[in-house]
Parts: sequence; C-alpha cells; structure tokens
Amino acid sequence: MLSRRLFLKSTALIGCSAAAHPLLSSMSFAAAPGENRLVVIILRGAMDGLDVLQPYGDPELARLRPTLAMGPAKGALDLDGFYALHPGLSALYPLWQAGELGFVPAVSTPYRDKRSHFDGQDLLEAGTGNDLPVRFRQGGWLNRLLQAMPGAMSETAYSVGVEEMLILSGKAPARSWAPDAELELSPQAQLLLDHLYHEDALFRDAAAEANQIAAETMQPERRSRADAAGLGRFAATRLNGETRIASFSVAGWDSHANQPAVIGKAMTRLSDAILALREGLGANWAKTTVLAMTEFGRTARQNGSNGTDHGTGGAMLMAGGAIRGGRVIGDWPGLGEGDLYAGRDLMPLRDVRAHAAWAMAGLYGIPRNQLETSIFPGLDMGDDPRILA
Amino acid sequence: MSVSFPELAAIRLGYGLSPLMPPPATPGEVLDSVAAAAPGPEAVTLEQAREVIGRHLALGRNRMDSGSEGQAEFRALNRELALMPMVELRQRLARAVDAPAGFGERLVQFWSDHFTTRSNATNTHHLRLAFIDEAIRPHLGGRFEAMLIAANTHPMMLRYLDQGRSIGPNSRAARNNPNRRMGLNENLARETIELHTLGVDAGYDQDDVRQLAELLTGLVFRPKTDELFLKNWAEPGAETVLGRSYGGDGPARIEDIHAVLTDLARHPDTARHLARKLAVHFVADEPSPALVDELAATWGESGGDLSQVYAVLVGHPDLAAQFRQKVRQPFDYLASTLRALGVSGQAILAIEPRRIRNDFGAALTRMGQPWYQPVGPDGWAEPAADWITPQGLAARIEFSLKQPSRLVETLPDPRDFLHTALGSTAGEALNWAVPKAESAREGVAMVLASNDFNRR
Repeated sequence: MLSRRLFLKSTALIGCSAAAHPLLSSMSFAAAPGENRLVVIILRGAMDGLDVLQPYGDPELARLRPTLAMGPAKGALDLDGFYALHPGLSALYPLWQAGELGFVPAVSTPYRDKRSHFDGQDLLEAGTGNDLPVRFRQGGWLNRLLQAMPGAMSETAYSVGVEEMLILSGKAPARSWAPDAELELSPQAQLLLDHLYHEDALFRDAAAEANQIAAETMQPERRSRADAAGLGRFAATRLNGETRIASFSVAGWDSHANQPAVIGKAMTRLSDAILALREGLGANWAKTTVLAMTEFGRTARQNGSNGTDHGTGGAMLMAGGAIRGGRVIGDWPGLGEGDLYAGRDLMPLRDVRAHAAWAMAGLYGIPRNQLETSIFPGLDMGDDPRILA
Repeated sequence: MSVSFPELAAIRLGYGLSPLMPPPATPGEVLDSVAAAAPGPEAVTLEQAREVIGRHLALGRNRMDSGSEGQAEFRALNRELALMPMVELRQRLARAVDAPAGFGERLVQFWSDHFTTRSNATNTHHLRLAFIDEAIRPHLGGRFEAMLIAANTHPMMLRYLDQGRSIGPNSRAARNNPNRRMGLNENLARETIELHTLGVDAGYDQDDVRQLAELLTGLVFRPKTDELFLKNWAEPGAETVLGRSYGGDGPARIEDIHAVLTDLARHPDTARHLARKLAVHFVADEPSPALVDELAATWGESGGDLSQVYAVLVGHPDLAAQFRQKVRQPFDYLASTLRALGVSGQAILAIEPRRIRNDFGAALTRMGQPWYQPVGPDGWAEPAADWITPQGLAARIEFSLKQPSRLVETLPDPRDFLHTALGSTAGEALNWAVPKAESAREGVAMVLASNDFNRR
C-alpha cells in the first residue's frame, strides 16, 4: 500500500540523515528562521467535522442526525447564524470572539473511498496525492517545509509525544521528545553515566541532548504531562525558544457509537491542548498559527448506534493570534441527497493541503511553485483563502 | 578485546548472559536452539483465530438486539482481546529468558520482522499469533521457500498487505459484478519481490510486480470458510514473472502461486538479499563483504537451507572481530535485562497482562519499538543510531533505574551484577563506574544503562 511503502523509503532516509547530520551541525549557529510559529495537530480517528462545526442552518442536518445535531436550541454555541460550535469546545469560544479561532468546512485530503485510518493518516501526513508514484514520496510535508526553510536547524521543528510523527520525518533534522519521558538522575549517577558514555559518541551525544532537553523542560508539576495539555505546554516551551514548527496528535475521534461521549473527551483534550499553547506562548501566541487536521470525515447520517461511520469531507480547525479567525472560511456543499459524496458523506470542496500551503506561504514566504511541486507534490493551491491575519 | 565463544554466542546470538544457566559452550549448542524454538504448547492455530474473529463479529452484530447484556459481553471480549498483544509479549519474554542459547528465539524475532505483519484490529491479534506459530516457528531451520510460502499465503499476511481486496480484472467475480469496483491490489506482490525475496535493488520491473499481482489473485482470507483460494477471483490465463510463465489455460490453481514463490525463494538475488540482512542483524550494521559472500554462497549451494546458512554465521570470526557494533533493539534489551536479573520465565508468566502493558509494553513504546507495531512492512530499522536517540536512551536509563527493584526481591550487589550481566566483557569505564554508584539501585542501573550492555 502506498503509505507503508512511503515509510519504507523515508525511514531509510532518516537513517542516512542521522549519519550525515550530527545533532549539532554547523547550521545550528544560523539564526532561527523568523518569528512565525506553526503548530500542526493531527486529530487521529477521523473527527466528525459536522458535529464539531454544526451547519445547523442547513435544514438537512437535523433530518440526517436526529439526535446528534444540536444547533443553538440544544446547547451548541451559535457562531454566525448558520454554523454552531459543539458545546464540548465551549472553552474555545472566547478565542472565536477574539478572532483567534476559525474553521474550514468541507475539506479533505485526496484520499478517497477506502476509509482506512492508517492509510488516511499516512496520506495526510505525507501530504502527497494519490496520483504520485509511491517511489517519489519521501517523508512528511512539515519535513519538506523545513528543507525549504533557509536557516532551519534541528531545534526548528519538534514532534511532541511518543508517537512516530510521519509528518516530520524525512531528510531535514528535526527533534522529537515525549514530555512524559523522564530523566531524573542523581548528580552522581549523572557523573558516572557521563564517564561511561564518554568514549562512545553515539551514546554520549544522545545522552547529552536528552539531559539538555530534560533540564530545559522538566517542571515541578510533572503530573499529567502525557495528556494533551501537557503536549501543548511542552510545545509552547519549545516554541518560545528556537523552535518554530511543532506537531503532535490528539487521538480519540473514532465515534462509531455513542458519539457524544466519545468525542466529548477528545474535544476536551483538543481544547486543553490549544489553551495550554495559548497560555504557554504568552506574547508569542500572536505569531502562532495552529492547524488541526484529521484524516477524513464521517458519514453525514448518524448510524443506528448514535454514532457515525467513516466518511470523506471533514473540517479543519484553525487557532492562533496569527490567523484571521472569528469566521468560517470556504463554501458549503449542502447536505441534500444529490449533494453528498457517494450518497453518504459530506462533499469535500477543497483540498485541506491548500490551506496549509497558503499558511506556509504566508508564514515563511515559501514560493507557490515550491509548495505545489515539492512540499505538496501535485497540489493546486487555488485562490488564497486568506486565513492569516 | 578477546571474548570467549560462550560469551560471544550468548551476547551476540542470544539474549545475553544469565545467572540461571551457563552460556552455550559450542556452535552446536547454538544451532540446536533453532529446533527448540518450534511452536510450544501455547501455540495459536488459524482455527482458533477464526473462532475469535467469528465470535467477535457475532457479538458485535448482536449487541444491539440483546440490550445491555449483549453490550457488556461485547465489551468484555474487546477488553480481553485488546490485551492479547501483552499476553503475547509476556510469552515471548518468557521464552527468551528460559532459552539456554536463545538463538532460535532471536530467529523468531528476525523472521517475523522480515515477514512483518501488523494486526490493526483487536479481533485479528490471534491471527498474528497464528502467523508466528504456523508460518515462522515451524520453518526456522528448513528451506527458505517453505517459510516464504507459509508466510505469504497466510491469512495474516493476506490481510496486512491487502490481498483480500485484490481481484483479477477479468476474473469471473469481476465479470459477474460489473458495477462493483473490483480490481488488482499490488501490495502483496510488490512486497514479496522487494522486501521478502529479491530486494529493492534487484533486476525486476513494474511488469513483474503486476504479473505477480495477477498471479496472486484468488488468495483470500474469509474467516467463515476454510478456503484460502477462490478460483472465481483469480485472473485467468498465464502470467510471466521474471521471464517464466505460470498458470495457463486450465483453471487457476494455488500450485502456480507456490511455484512462483519457490522460484523467487531460490533466486540468486534472494540469496544475496537475505545473506546481507542476516549479517546486518546479527553481526554489524555494515557487515564485511566476506561474511555476506560466504552466507550467500552457502545459501546458493544449499538451495536456501537455513540451517546450513546459520552454521556459517555462528562459526564466523566476524562475531568476535565486530563485537559491540550492534545495539540491542528494545525488545532484546528488555529480554536481556530480565535474563541478567535472573527473572525466570515462570515468574514472567505470573505477571498480570495489565502490568506487562504498563511496565514492558509502555517501555518498548518509549524506547521506540511499540510491540508489533512497526510502521511499515519493512519492519524495524537496524542502524544503532535509530535506537540510541535522546528519548530512546532516556527511556532505557529510566527503565534501568525503575524496573529492576520491581522485578527482583533484592537487588544484586552491583559489582556481582556487572559480572553476571557482562561476564568478562565489561569495559574499563564500566568497571570504574559501577563500584562508585551511590546505591545498589543506581549501580545496577549503571550496568543496564551502559553502552557495554546496550551494545552486542
């Protein structure tokens, strides 16, 4: 399958690049590329965009989703008279009011019809289309962005959490750390380990970097660091330093049954992560763009167990002081019989990669042709959706 | 450093030294461990895996009709199945610590990684266990072609590499269902050639992949039937792979698939690819050309008789010459730690699956090797630098500090433990450092976190 093969190539490249790029290369003295920050959150499990961002103004919604659709009458927060925000994300509503939260409805990757989480996520993170020969796919799109950024160094990008983040894998060096990784050594143990590893460059360098990151990031309250707020807090500490790009994932969106309970928890984690980023970033929040994306959407109709099944069109969430929030950007395809994709899913109107590409063009000045050929090969960016402030 | 054969064999070819048993004294003892890695009494069969899938599907379907009782039963089964990988991890660790020589168990790891499969659903965890017990363990010491056929026609592999979606474009099934989107899936064919046999640099092209994919159509897994080959799904006519024609005018037959796999297994490029892979896994990330040549030559002369190939490996001088050029992968690290601490297989089998998950499964994840969840069908990386990353090493140090005192009643004296774990191979720095640790806990941790112990 395309995705697994893709990784076959990219892991080989990581192996090579690790040898070719020592952790502290000469690049590390270059200036960090600008002040703009980009955080990409992968929402694993296929978030139901129709539930998070409810188009209650479309009369079909209540018909398709007799119990799931709420609208303002049943507790959702009206956004603009047509869309309402799921109350599970009400903690983010102040951001909407401040122009720091926005949505794009009806987007998707080029992935179609098979609806496998693994493949959908792999394609989302690879950032390629279905049409590209597998052999040309290399790593993830955030890594290819790094390769296009002059002055990028290993600290420029971080994947946060224990999970492998394909989105950041590839030729360019990037850091990776789990905020719940612990390295509490007594001074004596530290000294002895330093001595042990001294003659072994592989162990010496890995330990030195682990110690450095642990010293920089360990805080007195060490509970709950594995949760989403912990990921957000950790990412913020890095982004306040040399890091400009961070990525992590928030899982738990696969809501085949009892959707309110399932995604209620996932929404709490997502809003915790975003609020932790905002709090941790302080003044730097103004220069930050957060894009939260998922591998595909869910069925327009709710199923027999008060849930939804794997679908196609989904929604992207944006946050940050750098975005033009307080608005829903993009058209609405409608939910009528003839409007649905394959008679069952929300019709995607736009490639979610186009929004990420326009954001990267705005944040880092990457030329359009580079975005359309090397970072997102084969993408047509279309018109600028103007998501940045 | 001059290292004796027993220490070399235990550390490089097995799961390290143990206070409970002596290391293998001769190459013969190492080679005998291959037969000892045959399926054990705990082996899972395809029939059992089918039964689990069937029960899971039935309970899933019925849970709505039978109300809360059905829901509870379904949830209980899901909880039980979700822990299966941890039951498996426990079993594998137990076999690794109990095996006197351990080479056979290492080969189970090697070959199940070469034939990577990944269970992505709770109800297929048993299927992966059956894969190890039916396709890997029985064929460890036989001819490679037997393992290749067993592995690449096994339902777990068919499922992992999407063979169940591959239908001959001109098959009876496709012709009878013109409105259904049915077609070829090349995944199994491509990985068979590129990963499992010839290797990516071999002389084959896309036509060979495509033709092999057509030849493989008909191989499917349906939990409810015993049939693993559906003639109605098979592409009619002959296919040509690497210049040889398979099948023909008669009805499609699984024998043609066996024939092409046998030819691929015997191909000289396969010998070369696998010789190098064995050398990389057991000897050095960059093995000497001489070792690879010798392994490949024996492979070729013996027709892929794995026992003869292992004999070359086990007796090779590079084992000593390139000592400590490999890093123990996380699973090997856990197994070696348990062995060095003298934890018995019986004691491991007594640990609750949930604790296995929290103490060992989570540690493997932090070290970068979540249990049986490699990212792609190429399995785990080999280079030392892929494992000794900042967070991977931090996880090993953390494990060294926290777990030993949970695993044994009293921690050994670190100076004794240094000898137990590394024999005469401990380096000067480690001999200097261990006695200076502030506590037994940190002294034991120094040994387990040392580069000497983490390398093999």
